[in-house]
Amino acid sequence: MPLFAWVVVDVVLWGLITRYLNTFTGSSYDFVPALLGAVLLWDFLTRVMQGVTMAFFEDVWARNFLNVFATPLRISEYVTGLVTSSVATSAVGLVVMVAVAMLVFGLRFTAYGMFLGPFLGVLFLFGIALGIVGITIVLRLGPAAEWFIWPLPAIISPFACVFYPVSSLPPWMGAVSRLLPPSYVFEGMRAIMLGRPVHPALLLGGGALALLYVGLACLLFVRVHRYAVRTGLIGRYSAESVS
Amino acid sequence: MDGVSFEVRQGEMLGLLGPNGAGKTTTINMVLGVLTPDAGAITIGALDLAARRSEALELTNFAAVYAPLPGNLTVEQNLRVFGLLYGVAALARRIDELLAAFDLERFRRTRCGVLSSGEQTRVGLAKAMLNQPRLLLLDEPTASLDPATARDVRARIREIAARDGTGVLWTSHNMVEVAEVCDRVLFLSKGRILLAGDPRRLPGEHGRANLEELFISVAREPLALRDGGG
Repeated sequence: MPLFAWVVVDVVLWGLITRYLNTFTGSSYDFVPALLGAVLLWDFLTRVMQGVTMAFFEDVWARNFLNVFATPLRISEYVTGLVTSSVATSAVGLVVMVAVAMLVFGLRFTAYGMFLGPFLGVLFLFGIALGIVGITIVLRLGPAAEWFIWPLPAIISPFACVFYPVSSLPPWMGAVSRLLPPSYVFEGMRAIMLGRPVHPALLLGGGALALLYVGLACLLFVRVHRYAVRTGLIGRYSAESVS
Repeated sequence: MDGVSFEVRQGEMLGLLGPNGAGKTTTINMVLGVLTPDAGAITIGALDLAARRSEALELTNFAAVYAPLPGNLTVEQNLRVFGLLYGVAALARRIDELLAAFDLERFRRTRCGVLSSGEQTRVGLAKAMLNQPRLLLLDEPTASLDPATARDVRARIREIAARDGTGVLWTSHNMVEVAEVCDRVLFLSKGRILLAGDPRRLPGEHGRANLEELFISVAREPLALRDGGG
């Protein structure tokens, strides 16, 4: 239920908003693929990130850190498990989102053409990177730091240009935006909606950036895990949870 | 910890005793690979824990009151998850054996979160036995059990350890239990091993009536004992 309840609420809310906005523009501009499509893609990224962090938080909430990290499980296997869990949960969310958006609001993903796959791929990779950074923060700062993690997508969204072009940002925000892979996806999506060409090289650059961030996030997690083992943080979190 | 060095022999029950803050749980965390010692080495079987962590941890398991199993999973689900993590062969049969051994059959499909603390302790012990570890770490394993259940559990652990040749590192504040169960004890104080020996002979060797008296002396006058005083 939690996998698709909020997804449905989001799609219905933004679907109704886009319908209302369409009454002002008539047939000159269709907000459905631009606005609802953007919401849907951003939701996808958020679900991917939460897929990683939720699986980790389950261990935090269940005070299961010590049990898990004292098993023969390798840290690479643990992270792979979190990512696999995210693939499954975000796929369920995506299917529900797409079904509701198509059936209720007439969103056609075919409008994105052959770029739909790369769009989802870049967002997926960046969502994974964000998720791994999120769990790294909690591993380093402790279970109470969970509250830093939930707002991460909201903090990034103004820079990711989900609803407006990068050119509309002040220069310093534009510079940050160019470092964020999702901004390439949403620029591409808007270009398609406006009938302009999408530059594959830019999208490829966004994909390369996302891959780089996944690699850096994994490195960071491994380093922080080593630190946690060196300083006894994992054992301490279990003891703190009980006390 | 400072200069702590010991061995748990095959089939031996080694008690790790000491007042709060002595370093018992720290020692256990080191052996579990969740805390790296500044110096020295930990070997499990013939495997160096630092160099071959995953293989070494396949030979261990543990139960501790501060590490309950996830309450949103049933007893059987928890045992299955951890059985998979420890790579237990013929897992379904092993789970059946342990549910019977720890009198948990009727809780098979009950979520761990709704079990009493004593029942959760038994589930934790069943999880600790899943992979038939060569080294079993038990941090106050009977702390939440009533005396009758605690006696049964002690007997069960002794029986399993003797049958499988499992070395057991056992911490407890119940000195009667320690005297009953352990073949040898180490007294820790402020991160150091203060005394070591047979729990039935050690009090007499230090002029104390019983293990509890000796424990209180370790907690209150560690320097006197370390310097060889009675």
